[in-house]
Amino acid sequence: MNKQEWIKAFKAAFPYTVPVLTGFLVLGMAYGILMQTKGYGTGWSVLMSAVAFCGSMQFVAITLLTAVFDPLQAFLLSIMVNARHLFYGLSMLSKYKGMGKVRPFLIYTLCDETFSISYGITPPADVSPRCFYLGISLMNYLYWVLGTFLGGTVGSFLHFDTTGLDFVLTALFLVLFLEQFYKQENRSTAIMGLFASAVCLLIFGSANMVIPSMILILLILLAERKRICS
Amino acid sequence: MQLNTVETLITIAAIALGTMLTRFLPFLLFPDHHRPPDTIRYLGRTLPPAMMGLLIIYCLRDVSFVSMPYGIPELLSITVIVVLHSWKRNVLLSISVGTALYMLLLHLF
Repeated sequence: MNKQEWIKAFKAAFPYTVPVLTGFLVLGMAYGILMQTKGYGTGWSVLMSAVAFCGSMQFVAITLLTAVFDPLQAFLLSIMVNARHLFYGLSMLSKYKGMGKVRPFLIYTLCDETFSISYGITPPADVSPRCFYLGISLMNYLYWVLGTFLGGTVGSFLHFDTTGLDFVLTALFLVLFLEQFYKQENRSTAIMGLFASAVCLLIFGSANMVIPSMILILLILLAERKRICS
Repeated sequence: MQLNTVETLITIAAIALGTMLTRFLPFLLFPDHHRPPDTIRYLGRTLPPAMMGLLIIYCLRDVSFVSMPYGIPELLSITVIVVLHSWKRNVLLSISVGTALYMLLLHLF
């Protein structure tokens, strides 16, 4: 694959990552600053972001770093908080087929935002899907690491009012949800996911809603399939 | 810092390992060169729209509808994004207008 092809694919991918750039700089900086206040300098926060790369779990992990040493609990908790990735993997099996050497990196960095964009946006016809997906994954990954670095280094000197700017990620998910909703064959499933999750939020509360929602969505999809096929 | 250097490194490794297990497991169970079972292919097709619905609710999980500002900034911004996106179908336009409106509403309320 030549250099020009890569540049072309990254240029095509970049606009879709701009909301993530905005959101990850804000949240990554918040993370770097928070780690700093708990006594973990830039080196530690950047290491965590680069190695674990798991957004919300990194915030949860701050309590683990400031409590009694318990790696097994850290391991199990991160599986629970990140369980939704299992469904992203199932969704990306066909898109990430035949990606060759870049495939492990695509899987390593498959976060909420990368999943939504890479599943939801079809690469332009004249661009190699492999370069396009790598562009999305790599840029989103770097934004998070960069945000963390900036938070740890200059975060405490900056005083922008960024209140509400993290809504950019909610807006991103909403727009990509709408793109799915516009497709006739996906409409009922999209609405079902919304309602099933809302019901689980009401029943299980905001701290424990994800896994029950995943189970409910899975059960409904499997029941639905039986109904359609029989 | 309550943990020492080695304990911190082990904790970071444990978190990374747990996270990567959730990311790699589907790809390890259904490797590239095998055709996945029909049920898995069906789920791969139908899960994404539902998961995007889940992500929206997840983002809004801590919004309170019983105390000020009653989720009004969220509901208004979402309405504007839905209308604008259905009309123009421009991803970046919908996201930036929606986010700017949300920040403005937070200041007003």
